[in-house]
Amino acid sequence: MPKDNVLETSADTQRAVEQFLYSQAEILDERRWADWLGLFTDDGKYWMPADPEQTTGERLPNIFYEDVYLMDMRIRRVKHPYAHSQMAGHRTSHTVSNVIIQSEDEASGGVVCTSRFHMVEYRLDDQRYFGGKYTHTLKKNEDGYNIQLQRVDIANVEGPFDFVMQVWL
Amino acid sequence: MPKDQNLDLGSLVEPDRVHKACYADEEIFEQELKNIFHKSWIYIGHESQVPNPGDYWTTWVGKERMIICRAEDGQVHVLYNRCPHRGALICNNLHGNSGNKKSFRCPYHAWQFAMDGSLRNLPMKEGYDGIIDLKDPQLQMKPAERQGNYRGFIFASLSEDGPDLETWLGGGKVAFDDICNRSPEGEAEIVANCFRIVQHSNWKIFLENQLDAVHPSITHHSTGDAAADMQKVYKKKTGEDAPMGYQFLADFTLPFEKWDSLDTIGHPNGHTVLEGYMGLRPTDAVTQAHEKVLTDAYGEDRMNEILDTKVHHVLVYPCLSVQPPLQQLRAVRPLAANKTLTEIWHFRLKGAPEGIYDRSLAYYYHVNAPSTMVNADDLNNFRACQDGLRLEGGGDWVSLHRNVGQDPVKDGVTTSVTGMSEQPMRNMFAAWKKYMTNEGSA
Ligand code: FES
Ligand SMILES: [Fe+2]
Repeated sequence: MPKDNVLETSADTQRAVEQFLYSQAEILDERRWADWLGLFTDDGKYWMPADPEQTTGERLPNIFYEDVYLMDMRIRRVKHPYAHSQMAGHRTSHTVSNVIIQSEDEASGGVVCTSRFHMVEYRLDDQRYFGGKYTHTLKKNEDGYNIQLQRVDIANVEGPFDFVMQVWL
Repeated sequence: MPKDQNLDLGSLVEPDRVHKACYADEEIFEQELKNIFHKSWIYIGHESQVPNPGDYWTTWVGKERMIICRAEDGQVHVLYNRCPHRGALICNNLHGNSGNKKSFRCPYHAWQFAMDGSLRNLPMKEGYDGIIDLKDPQLQMKPAERQGNYRGFIFASLSEDGPDLETWLGGGKVAFDDICNRSPEGEAEIVANCFRIVQHSNWKIFLENQLDAVHPSITHHSTGDAAADMQKVYKKKTGEDAPMGYQFLADFTLPFEKWDSLDTIGHPNGHTVLEGYMGLRPTDAVTQAHEKVLTDAYGEDRMNEILDTKVHHVLVYPCLSVQPPLQQLRAVRPLAANKTLTEIWHFRLKGAPEGIYDRSLAYYYHVNAPSTMVNADDLNNFRACQDGLRLEGGGDWVSLHRNVGQDPVKDGVTTSVTGMSEQPMRNMFAAWKKYMTNEGSA
């Protein structure tokens, strides 16, 4: 759970986490799908709850709740030559900010961090906006982090949504 | 595109084609609200959506904004969401509870209303002494002209007269029977989550698409392929079969012959059913547990009858798409000729095993959530249709010729000659024509 007082972490950790979050946003915007999948641990999940009060995605309606297999499927679909709704140019641009490390596990180096994002999406001569909060549970590896859980709470969670979300935010 | 001035409404619909103005013309859309959405029965919500006194949800009938709520005596009411004082919208949230007093309180001058809409109190009452009785009907929140409940599914009609709900539903009743019968208690319970998605297209395009058996393997080609690939990858990596959700998605690219073997049934009033057996009666442990609770409740013969019901998808015209075997319901709320809101729900079967709910939830997620890999391509097609239909040039008509004249009719009910027949579209337009030319519902 996020807390109001700021955790004292080293500048190195803060910087490493920020760089990781920026680069994950870059990967999405550049549609480097294999790299995206590579960010996650084997048991990693991408989760966008349907209700901000949700504490689990299990056995509840969610907007996104995907393990690496489902993410792999979404990638295959988006890349498929007959993904009609993806044929018109589709571009996104993320900005990530307000990175706060909520907890750090001294032993493993894993962190839970929150941040805020803005994303604009261009499709069919039209641009739309999403904004919200990321909560990342990151596991430390030799050269950085892997995502065990990426929770995404969007501001407009109740919708209504114009069209749907075809890729991750 | 404005309709040709010489065309009357009836002449827009021919047996095998309809005029594009039916989809694109704003005047015709306004006429549809009056003649169809205000005259027929419109689904409002499920009674389990408002389990406690004071609970409410808001929704639409045409452009009218409505409230469904539960009163202290347990009664469910459908009210217009409008303050009789100076007209403010009373409930400005999608849903909520009216609080300890079980009263709606208008945000403007604090008139308070009981959950049946009657005026309970207001500040500085004396200003009305000797002027108007506070019980006067014009000072109460107005209930829908008529309200009906079929097996827990609440409908309203904004017309004083017309057939009662059950008569009007006719062959469409199967949508709710087939949901409820699958519960050993004969009841469904709504899951209190509504996904709302706006389509940039006419409401009829959505309904027509639902029973269009030609489109899935084309529109959903990418998703079907990706799901089938992942079933293999999953099996290879884990040694286990992929979760059921992948099969739901892979099914979208069934070969044409499979879709061809289904039937669509056209009932009066435009209600249309897709019959066919989509492999929803597997022999896994969950299904066996379900069979057991149903057998205990109803006996084995009845259990078999219930689980073998061959209903895949029901359109209750003009407001619902229901998939009873997976407990999915999508309500259609037309906002403009080119704009339609869908309210998307799913249900639990009371007393059924948790694994049965998991199926419903998996379908709800994969097909109906705002991240759907299925409807993404549908919505894109709907938008493309709408953009094409509003063009002035390029032709005036929409073709509904496939298998026209070949679908056998018996006692006013049409059975498609093949699952691919454009019978569903023709059946809905037959009802459309009746409503729009004031011949009323059949
Ligand atoms: S408008 Fe509702 S109390 Fe005045
Ligand atoms: Fe479809």
